[in-house]
Amino acid sequence: MPHRLLKFALSKKHPEPRMFRAPTELKSEYDAVIIGGGGHGLAAAYYLAKDHGITNVAILEKGYIGGGGTGRNTAIIRSNYLTPEGIRFYQGSVELFQDLSRELNLNLFYSKRGHFTLAHSPASLRTQRWRAEVNKHLGIDSRVVTPEFIKETVPEIDLHVGGHQAPIHGALYHPPGAVARHDAVAWGYARGADRRGVEIHQRTAVTDIEIRDGAVAGVHTDKGFIKTRKVLSAVAGWTTHITPMVGLRTPLVIHPLQAMVTEPLKPWLNSIVVSASLHLYVSQSSRGELVAGASLDPYELISMRSTLDFAEGMSTGLLDLFPCLGDIKVLRQWAGLCDMTPDFSPIMGVTPIKGFYIDAGWGTWGFKATPISGKTMAFTMAEDRDHKLIEAFSLSRFKRLELVGEKGAASVGH
Amino acid sequence: MDRRLPPRDGEWIDRSQSVEFRFEGATYRGFEGDVLSSALWANDVRLLGRSFKYHRPRGVYSLAGHDANLIVEDGIRTNMRGDMLAVSSGLDVRSVNTLGGLDRDRLSITGRFGEFLPVGFYYKAFHTPRRLFPFYENQMRKVAGLGRINSANQRANSPKDYAFCDLLVVGAGPAGLAGAIAAAEQGLDVLIVDEQQRPGGSLVWQWADAATAREHLEGLLEQLAAHDNVRLWCGTQAAGYYGDYWVALVDDTHLTKLRAKSMLVATGCFEQPAVFQNNDLPGVMLGSAAQRLIQLYAVKPFDRAIVLAANSEGYRVALDLNEAGVDVAAIADLRRDGEATELAQRVDDAGIRVYRGYCVYEAVPAAGNKRIRGATICALDEKGVPRSEALTRIDCDGIAMSIGWTPNGGLIYQAGGRFTHAEHVEQLIPQTLSPGTFAAGRVNGVFGLESQIDDGYRAGLAAAAHLGSFTGDVPPSPSHYESPSSHPYPIIAHKGKKNFVDLDEDLHLADFENAHQEGYDNVELMKRFSTVGMGPSQGKLSNINAVRILARLNGATINQTGTTTSRPFHQPVPIRHLAGRSFHPQRRTPMNHWHVRHNAEMVYAGAWLRPEYYRVDGESRDDSILREATHVRNNVGLIDVSTLGKLQISGPDSVEFLERIYTGRFAKQQVGRLRYGLACDETGVIIDDGVIGRFSEDRFYVTATSSGAAAQYREMQRWAQIWNMDVTLVNATGHLAAINLAGPCCRDVLQELTSTDLSATAFPYLALGEAIVAEVSAKLMRVGFVGELGYEIHVPASQAMHVWEALMQAGERFGIRPFGVEAQRLLRLEKGHLIVSQDTDALTSPFEADVAWAIGKNKTFFVGARSLAILRKKPLTRRLVGLMFAASDAGTLPEECNLIIANDELVGRITSIAPRSTLGYPIAMALLSPDLAKIGTTVKIRVDGGSLVEAVVASMPFYDPENSRQNVQAES
Ligand SMILES: Cc1cc2nc3c(=O)[nH]c(=O)nc-3n(C[C@H](O)[C@H](O)[C@H](O)COP(=O)(O)OP(=O)(O)OC[C@H]3O[C@@H](n4cnc5c(N)ncnc54)[C@H](O)[C@@H]3O)c2cc1C
Repeated sequence: MPHRLLKFALSKKHPEPRMFRAPTELKSEYDAVIIGGGGHGLAAAYYLAKDHGITNVAILEKGYIGGGGTGRNTAIIRSNYLTPEGIRFYQGSVELFQDLSRELNLNLFYSKRGHFTLAHSPASLRTQRWRAEVNKHLGIDSRVVTPEFIKETVPEIDLHVGGHQAPIHGALYHPPGAVARHDAVAWGYARGADRRGVEIHQRTAVTDIEIRDGAVAGVHTDKGFIKTRKVLSAVAGWTTHITPMVGLRTPLVIHPLQAMVTEPLKPWLNSIVVSASLHLYVSQSSRGELVAGASLDPYELISMRSTLDFAEGMSTGLLDLFPCLGDIKVLRQWAGLCDMTPDFSPIMGVTPIKGFYIDAGWGTWGFKATPISGKTMAFTMAEDRDHKLIEAFSLSRFKRLELVGEKGAASVGH
Repeated sequence: MDRRLPPRDGEWIDRSQSVEFRFEGATYRGFEGDVLSSALWANDVRLLGRSFKYHRPRGVYSLAGHDANLIVEDGIRTNMRGDMLAVSSGLDVRSVNTLGGLDRDRLSITGRFGEFLPVGFYYKAFHTPRRLFPFYENQMRKVAGLGRINSANQRANSPKDYAFCDLLVVGAGPAGLAGAIAAAEQGLDVLIVDEQQRPGGSLVWQWADAATAREHLEGLLEQLAAHDNVRLWCGTQAAGYYGDYWVALVDDTHLTKLRAKSMLVATGCFEQPAVFQNNDLPGVMLGSAAQRLIQLYAVKPFDRAIVLAANSEGYRVALDLNEAGVDVAAIADLRRDGEATELAQRVDDAGIRVYRGYCVYEAVPAAGNKRIRGATICALDEKGVPRSEALTRIDCDGIAMSIGWTPNGGLIYQAGGRFTHAEHVEQLIPQTLSPGTFAAGRVNGVFGLESQIDDGYRAGLAAAAHLGSFTGDVPPSPSHYESPSSHPYPIIAHKGKKNFVDLDEDLHLADFENAHQEGYDNVELMKRFSTVGMGPSQGKLSNINAVRILARLNGATINQTGTTTSRPFHQPVPIRHLAGRSFHPQRRTPMNHWHVRHNAEMVYAGAWLRPEYYRVDGESRDDSILREATHVRNNVGLIDVSTLGKLQISGPDSVEFLERIYTGRFAKQQVGRLRYGLACDETGVIIDDGVIGRFSEDRFYVTATSSGAAAQYREMQRWAQIWNMDVTLVNATGHLAAINLAGPCCRDVLQELTSTDLSATAFPYLALGEAIVAEVSAKLMRVGFVGELGYEIHVPASQAMHVWEALMQAGERFGIRPFGVEAQRLLRLEKGHLIVSQDTDALTSPFEADVAWAIGKNKTFFVGARSLAILRKKPLTRRLVGLMFAASDAGTLPEECNLIIANDELVGRITSIAPRSTLGYPIAMALLSPDLAKIGTTVKIRVDGGSLVEAVVASMPFYDPENSRQNVQAES
């Protein structure tokens, strides 16, 4: 029993203070306003305060913190991307994550599991080799493995995928692949930011942004106007509601993405298994549930309703991979919104509107980027110039057509 | 001890069918019709399970599957719910999640450490030092989790079914049955489902003390039986609602996907527990559970009981218990005024003592916590605070709780309806319902039996009116005229911290107070931090109490506090039901059997199967491929290319449409000619290629890549609609088969089978025509993908085998041979033809791929034009080039996607490689940095082992750069 738990038994009153205050009034002015109390907004606030000493900051969250994609995702963390720009960026996140529980003094259940991206055809094995080679070149632990290796690590898997479809030819294996408690990431950053003076306003929606002479002058909220010269939009799936407020065009389109969990089981699946051909990925949470998700719903839609198709397709794929799971029951399914970019990389940094910073395009892959996006966006806001790690992700890349193609590494991989 | 009561009317057990089963290694008897929970309780087994966190003993609680106390496994199946698991001979199960058996569960020690493990404790420990976390995590994962999977289990198929109806009625209780009758009378096609094994809903257990209940049930069923437009499915749950009345119905064996036109939700309520110290121990149960034991399974729930009541139902429970021979020691009624109906008198007549304004303060456990031996009750002061200084101790082995209800409203939420808390019933009731959704009975806040029936009838009429079958007046919903059936705050504080709010997750009152103190003070954060409602029963018995606690902590109303969203499923659904038989369509070309018969090694290409090469005894795979390729170069071969996309495009806008979809120009394309077609996406990335043939002014025939065909067709359809163009698109990919005949002798072979003049002048390179080949009408194209004289012959799939065999026969004297995809890939590589998505990736532009010649000059628009105009002005960052290796390199050659390195920088990537070619040395294609793309430059490729292999940039095509092979005449 760790000594940290002792205090709970020894004190009469619950010895924990509020993790974050609940400010009731908005101030009339802040040095910076962050729209969106998801992981990204909270992390940006935390690093603004911690790294840059900017603490007169308000986070405005229309619902509750972590209630967007942050609380809906399947929490896969990895850095085995395809482009050098992507790899460096996500690797930065992995490095921050590894020490984050200690830094935030909250157990984020950052759990290294190993991540398989299965290849069901020579063509897909080719792409995996490409990723592996680029990864290795940049020092990422990643390699192509044989079907035998997969079977040894995940003995329950059926390498023939039930027959009548392409068998497993191999996989990209990324030992550092991890999962974490998504909510805790939001709470940890919220507490860290709050302790440094940042105000977190839940149930406060931004309704408009005031622009004067091409620069941000303030934001309108459902609780009144606040003056500020710096606004970060960190609203992921809601970005297409915010950008029109400042007249910014982006190529973002919103698609639903769904997931489901089973009843808890004793631990058996220690790896994260992803199959692009079967459109699924699965891992086992520390509570024992199988957490499984699919690729995007194939249509643009702003809706968080679940579909039966998803549960059926997902179950088919799960049984193809793990025939023994037939009697295991699905407990719950849900959906979230994904802000998709054409090249499957995010949109980050300064914009043509002075003082308006964007952190978007997180699609199906943004949870893992939470720490690094917070850190780099805080830098970008403080210095009013893009952090080096995110230069490639600038919105202007679509005008310049200098895309950062991560489709091959991001489509179901999350 | 046998707790079975004498036979009673309406019981669900069949006493003539005794069954023997095993639980935790011991043998018991039950009856056909028993569920595991009832059979065990009948055997006086009270310890049925252990809780998730503290491993507290647990017994029967809801007997409706609304709790997760009794979860068992048999080594094959796991996580089976005791409340729903029928006992049968040979059943041999044990409780999940114990260490060393249920009775001795060594994990129950965690219960003693409760003080150390407050809400969210795991967030606050185990993370430093970092290196120890994996150890702690492993330990935690082992104690978490319920059942074990059995990896030896075979895949099981559960075929799915489809159903349709006008009105889906969910719940066959009084409201649902009445609603179904009303709708059926108006001629609607009605389907009723109920998760219980028999119809009646609460009538079969809750009103059983009222003589009228049985009469009502029989009457309703009789009326129903008079209509043949009603189906009644028991043992079937409506698991989830998915928009447009698409509903998942699940029974023991399979999933039925229902498309209804409207839905009547008459799902009733979940009875809710009170929160008091030790409210979780075996012997404490919901009043409805006690009634189910008595009425359905004829089991005497307790010997001596206390009823904790806050509504009329509690008094009925007391009467039912009394009638079943239980000594009802007391009714503790949370209400100061007690019961106002005549039930008070009946209880009094039965000699049951009623304590008004009293609560159960604590259940007193017997040693080991495995049953209770009494309870303390005390009065509540004006504020509802227990006067715990004046406790009355009453011996009992059971406490039945009837303090309130919460609507079973998941389907209503999922259909877009919203609930509001209504004070007259102290319950959430529907505030808005989506069009086509109706609610009746207790889910609607209507409790009186007659009122429920009236409400159901009204809702049935309303549904008929909605669908236009009823034009009369729909009566208003009966209002609730009795006192509320739910207590506003059935929660008793206790410093012992075993007053559970969520039994699945072992959360007690203080956990909520503590979470609130830590800032988790809105309903969603509270839920996520405490995990209330996240367990196997998904908050059926905990959500509303959690909301009440939170509301009180915030000084807010229930409505201000809000509830969390309800998501599918109502009860968990087995993966195999959702998967069904899981068909995997496999696409085979008409020549598939021929290939297999001729020793083809078949490979998947998406859903298609294709010959990779044809095996020859004693020859290696690589030798076979090279031999097949060489044969095409020198002689003649044929390959089945039926997997190619084959799209027919016609209509007045065809030319304009094609010019928008493809980069090239087609307006001036002659009839009877082919052109190369290159398609890009909006960012200018190559997404497909093929040939485009013109049959007439407004009729085109287009091929697409095998892997890209479906996507290309989909994109075309999408654009045709967005642009609103007058084109007809037909995907003939499966309907037509295609054969490619190639090699210097191929003209002679084909000429034997057709009267169409194939001479170079009559049918030149890139000609297209309709011809009769082997008596079959065919589309004929002269193409050169593999770099030899060649024809593609597209014929109806049904005739393709005939044509294939005719070609084989006609070619016999030339030594014709079939060749597979691998030989084709090699041949095209030699000829420098790219394969989209192998030699291009998700960012490759036509400039990089060196196919910019296929972009029409001065075109104002096509998909990707704007992007390409930008890209055209930018320096290239990479180019598709040819690479040559020394013939002696064969052992250490790179593989596709190995990287090209210069000064430790990534400068390129191999996209295709042929370790052996008909040229006698290895060749490859690569995307390479333009600085290094000069012919003759030596580059270094890092192979899998890490070493570097050299290659030289070569001009492409490697083979026949002058294209003279198109002019060859066969030697013969
Ligand atoms: C099912 C699913 C699975 C996923 N799996 C993974 C995975 O395994 N790994 C991975 O890395 N990523 C995954 N993702 C993606 C990931 O969830 C998101 O990219 C990430 O959570 C985005 O975080 P965020 O903080 O930017 O946005 P969010 O967490 O969505 O936060 C945005 C917040 O902005 C608030 N907001 C919106 N509009 C306003 C307004 N006008 N005013 C005030 N507040 C506003 C919203 O309420 C919301 O709380 C998954 C996503 C889904 C849906």
